[in-house]
Amino acid sequence: MYAKGLKSLSIASVVAVAAALALVFFYAPLDADQGFVQKIFYVHVPMAIVALCGFVAGGLMAIKHLRSGDRTWDMRSYVAIHLSIILGVGVLATGAIWAKASWGHWWVWDEPVLVSFLVVFLLYCVYYPLRFSIDDPERQARYSSVFAIAAGAFVPLNFAAVRMAESFTHPRVLSQTGGDLPGQMRLTFLACLLAMALLFVTLWKLELTSKNASMQLKRLRAKLLAEADARAAA
Amino acid sequence: MTAIELDGLERRYGERVALAGVSARVEAGQTLAVLGANGAGKTTLLRVLAGLLRPHAGMARVLGAELPAETWKLHGRVGFLGHEPLLYRELSGRENLAYHARLHRLNGSRVEEALAAVGMDRRADEPLRELSRGMVQRLAAARAVLHEPPLLLLDEPHAGLDPAAAELLEPLIGRASGRTRVLVTHDVEGALAEADVALGLKGGRQQFAGRPPDAERVRELYR
Amino acid sequence: MIGAAVAILRKDLRLELRTKESVPAMSLFTVTCFVLFHFGLDRDSLDGELAAGVLWVTLLLAAVIGVTRLFAAEREQGGIDGLLLAPVDRTALFLAKGTALFVFLLALELVALPSFGLLLLGPDLRDALPELLLVLLLADLGLAAVGALTAALAAEARARELIVPLLLLPLLVPLLIAASQASEPLLRVSPSTEDLGRWLGLLALYDVVFLLLSIAVFDYLLED
Repeated sequence: MYAKGLKSLSIASVVAVAAALALVFFYAPLDADQGFVQKIFYVHVPMAIVALCGFVAGGLMAIKHLRSGDRTWDMRSYVAIHLSIILGVGVLATGAIWAKASWGHWWVWDEPVLVSFLVVFLLYCVYYPLRFSIDDPERQARYSSVFAIAAGAFVPLNFAAVRMAESFTHPRVLSQTGGDLPGQMRLTFLACLLAMALLFVTLWKLELTSKNASMQLKRLRAKLLAEADARAAA
Repeated sequence: MTAIELDGLERRYGERVALAGVSARVEAGQTLAVLGANGAGKTTLLRVLAGLLRPHAGMARVLGAELPAETWKLHGRVGFLGHEPLLYRELSGRENLAYHARLHRLNGSRVEEALAAVGMDRRADEPLRELSRGMVQRLAAARAVLHEPPLLLLDEPHAGLDPAAAELLEPLIGRASGRTRVLVTHDVEGALAEADVALGLKGGRQQFAGRPPDAERVRELYR
Repeated sequence: MIGAAVAILRKDLRLELRTKESVPAMSLFTVTCFVLFHFGLDRDSLDGELAAGVLWVTLLLAAVIGVTRLFAAEREQGGIDGLLLAPVDRTALFLAKGTALFVFLLALELVALPSFGLLLLGPDLRDALPELLLVLLLADLGLAAVGALTAALAAEARARELIVPLLLLPLLVPLLIAASQASEPLLRVSPSTEDLGRWLGLLALYDVVFLLLSIAVFDYLLED
């Protein structure tokens, strides 16, 4: 079901990533203040944006799951959140590297987007223990969906709150997460964003295909066992 | 009127089968005895009939409600007496029954009648944790029939009861009550004597359903 | 539905009055926390930012205790089945549990505020008062909604006592930000109500979002 289009999507992703990397290293100008390390911004920010979209998408898919009762939506939601959490680790790591390069510390509280991302990440980390501590599969899926929806609604609220707080205590340090990028940087940034998004969707489809296949395998195995049982009893 | 209609009912727990191939028909006022060894799926079946668990496959119609789509139609029409008394230990018998009466939107006078019917009117104000198991079971039975349900689901209802208490509850939860009953019990002889329909489960799978069979078939369930 | 919610609420309040489990534990925890902060920060008196932060973090941690115990009676005694079999709207359970938690938090604050004023707060607590109560009320509302939802979500999980704090505390970050930012000017040596409106607004928004969300999803947590 998911394998359709997976090949072309993978190829597109590889091409996009290659193109983006090329732009980052050969096209984008060197930043005057921060130098080469600034280029990590091209990984850090797209990763953050895609991860956040992944979380919100997970929440939307969870809504579909609850309303339709169709568990494939829960699986889609799970994979989206799962991948976003992994990306989240990357966001925090690259964020720390960037912070060290820009401000000399491995972590700073000045950047409201990074700070709220930390809180969101901490929240979503609870997704795994919550999910896997419920034994009944149907209930597990339902409760995970409720969590995904609550957490998804939480993301924008959290960002608003942290931004309000930080703008109060720390005057906003100009960060290049906004739209005021000079032309070359903007193009590189958009290319990286596209590449990251394609990569995410490809990995999402890939994991779903693999999960689907192993589920079908399990089902067939159970069916064979049941038939063997019935024949033995008869 | 058919109270319960089951056809190929199935319930899974992950990959494991909890119930499979369960088919039976129970008319209003009849008693269905569910027999089987521990873990055979008797309690699961009871909870499915109550609307507490949803069936994964097959047809189930209880009191005219299609499960799982119309589970809400069962609310307030089933009397459930399971392993747990579903009562709060820190509250008294009267407080517990009054709470349930309010949940079912019943008149407060029903509580007093129920307490008297199970012989607990004199100790109605003591917290449950100070009462004996048999007394708690009596109060649980009172709770189960408080809202006069047309269907009773009974899981070993006489557990913890002395013969006098069991007799006291007869008009409420026994054949004499006239209600449709599904009875899970290990008292095979007693069940077969009372039952109009008997259903046998082994490993979740139905072995027989219909007129009560002879003792040998029943014993096979326990092997 | 309101009738059922009231019945459930009365039952919960009666149980708490009789067993005296949640509120005394939360109160004792709060006072102990204040003492810990005294030693940890090595300060005799706090005001402004530090006071607001200590007060709110402590209240949130105490709330975790209340949330973890919220469905305890159902789990350990009564069983939720009795409710599920009755003709009761599932939302009634959310309203009842949320209100119960709200009441417990108010009772907690009756102890927490005077203790805070006595043990740690430099300026006079009474100067902060009418506005601080408003902040507390709005924050308690959000705490109650999110707490009831979290309690239900964690109710079936195996490691319940671990999951509740891990789940609840990140969800409460926006509430914490709003409440402590609102309280900070009130707890200064010369109190003021600057920016109170903006933070109360954020609190109200948080409350509305989580109240609506919890009511919408609660049904899915109880059916099977």
